[in-house]
Amino acid sequence: MTDRAALLTITDLAVRYGAIPALAGVDLTVGAGEMVSVVGPNGAGKTTLLAAVAGIVRPAAGAITFEGVSLVDCPIEAIVRRGISLVPEGRGVLASLTVLENLKLGATIRRDAAVKDDIEHYLEAFPILGARRHQPAGRLSGGEQQQLVIARALLANPKLLLLDEPSLGLAPTVIDQVYDLLQSLRGRGLSILLVEQNAARALRIADRSYVLNGGRVRLSGRRDEIIAHADFDAAYFGLAMDGRAAAS
Amino acid sequence: MIDTIVQILVDAVSLGGLYALTALGIGLIFGVMRLINFAHGDLITAAGYLVFLLAGQSVAVAILGALTVAIVLAVVTERVAFRPLRRADPATLLISSFALSVFLQKTLILFVSSRPKGVDFLPELQQQVTILQVHVQLLEIVTIAVTGVTLVGLSLFLKHTRFGLEMRAAAENFRVARLLGVRADRVIAQAFAISGALAAIVAILFTAQTGIVQPRMGLPLVVVAFVSTVIGGLGNLTGAALGGFLVGAISVLLQSLLPEDLRVFREALVFVAVIIVLLLRPQGLLPARGLRERI
Repeated sequence: MTDRAALLTITDLAVRYGAIPALAGVDLTVGAGEMVSVVGPNGAGKTTLLAAVAGIVRPAAGAITFEGVSLVDCPIEAIVRRGISLVPEGRGVLASLTVLENLKLGATIRRDAAVKDDIEHYLEAFPILGARRHQPAGRLSGGEQQQLVIARALLANPKLLLLDEPSLGLAPTVIDQVYDLLQSLRGRGLSILLVEQNAARALRIADRSYVLNGGRVRLSGRRDEIIAHADFDAAYFGLAMDGRAAAS
Repeated sequence: MIDTIVQILVDAVSLGGLYALTALGIGLIFGVMRLINFAHGDLITAAGYLVFLLAGQSVAVAILGALTVAIVLAVVTERVAFRPLRRADPATLLISSFALSVFLQKTLILFVSSRPKGVDFLPELQQQVTILQVHVQLLEIVTIAVTGVTLVGLSLFLKHTRFGLEMRAAAENFRVARLLGVRADRVIAQAFAISGALAAIVAILFTAQTGIVQPRMGLPLVVVAFVSTVIGGLGNLTGAALGGFLVGAISVLLQSLLPEDLRVFREALVFVAVIIVLLLRPQGLLPARGLRERI
């Protein structure tokens, strides 16, 4: 549980794909200005968790509240307007649109006069995007696309950024750049919910973490608490646990 | 010789333009909903009947009437027939569009009967004009000009307006577009409104060319336009327009080059040409990039 005022609160969340349970009894909180990571192996339910928060899938049971308001049954675009931006798995670059058009779409929900300046700011902050602003986004490398979708999500001025596997398919040096960027975003007070298979990196950068496996939270706490926990390997790799599920 | 070539070219661009505009109407809806809307033909028919009803009024009134009825009908059919099925699979949507088409046709027959009716719309455009020493019907020149202006206007709208950008994003990946805050209901309603406007433009030109309206007048256009979108590459608007012009050109060329006793097979040969194109390029001439599931 976070010490800070809870921004996102997930309680007893269950998601099913037909008869197959993807998540069951998930409790999770993200505090204001906090970076929380969710780690776990493939098929643990991490992407489903973010999809439920972003409104892509509907929960079978449980509650999701953001700033005290329920997000259950909210359309995807209404959730964006409440202040939650998702950078989806596989990046979700709109390949046939230019870099600049992708960034403009990031500011879809905004009507303020600062949009143009903010787009220019990100084009300067990510020089490769600035240099290739009129090129189709599909021509960018994986790392460049990752920069683009993070900048695009930030242009909505979100209060909470959801990131799904931002290091997936990237070279180690590019992963370093992405994580440096996340670190600087955290430094600016942005709340982040990060989903990663790369547990070592995610645990290192996050204020708190959750280990998800088989659709359930197996462990949660700060990095040192999770690493030190006797059941960490079992929780992460889905080995039999003797009923001692949560560390906190 | 040169006048025959120019005449064939004018005919090909004129007919291809009508197919291209119809294909764009279908392609726009396919882009945002992954729906092949066969009821698009009935939008053309409804607009054609408005031209018939208002032909005695001023040209502007008839055109405005046709545009209004097609746009309103397109938006209403989206709201009533397709929005409740938005999460259904594409086959369900396709059947729904057939059902809607039959419903609109039968309703129209109920009020206006199934017999064709003559329309004397824009008779002044039937006159011949001489361009480069070639006699061409003025209506064909107007058709080409209107098609050109509409294609350029649509292209500018899609490329340079906020709404156009949202539509292109939704056409490529609707889920990602929604994750960026693009409103699904609005972007789909917009696409239907534009497809209605395109249907009305086709109806006005087609009615002026043929001089008749009848309850199934839109169907052959939609069938050819559907084929055009497949040839061009489903989901790619440039491809849809290109496919329309190509089918129009093949059709006119066959009409001109085939011996008279073989001309009855013209349509069959057009579809043979379509099969050949699809065998060589199954994804169409300009396959859509990054086409994803809808909504």
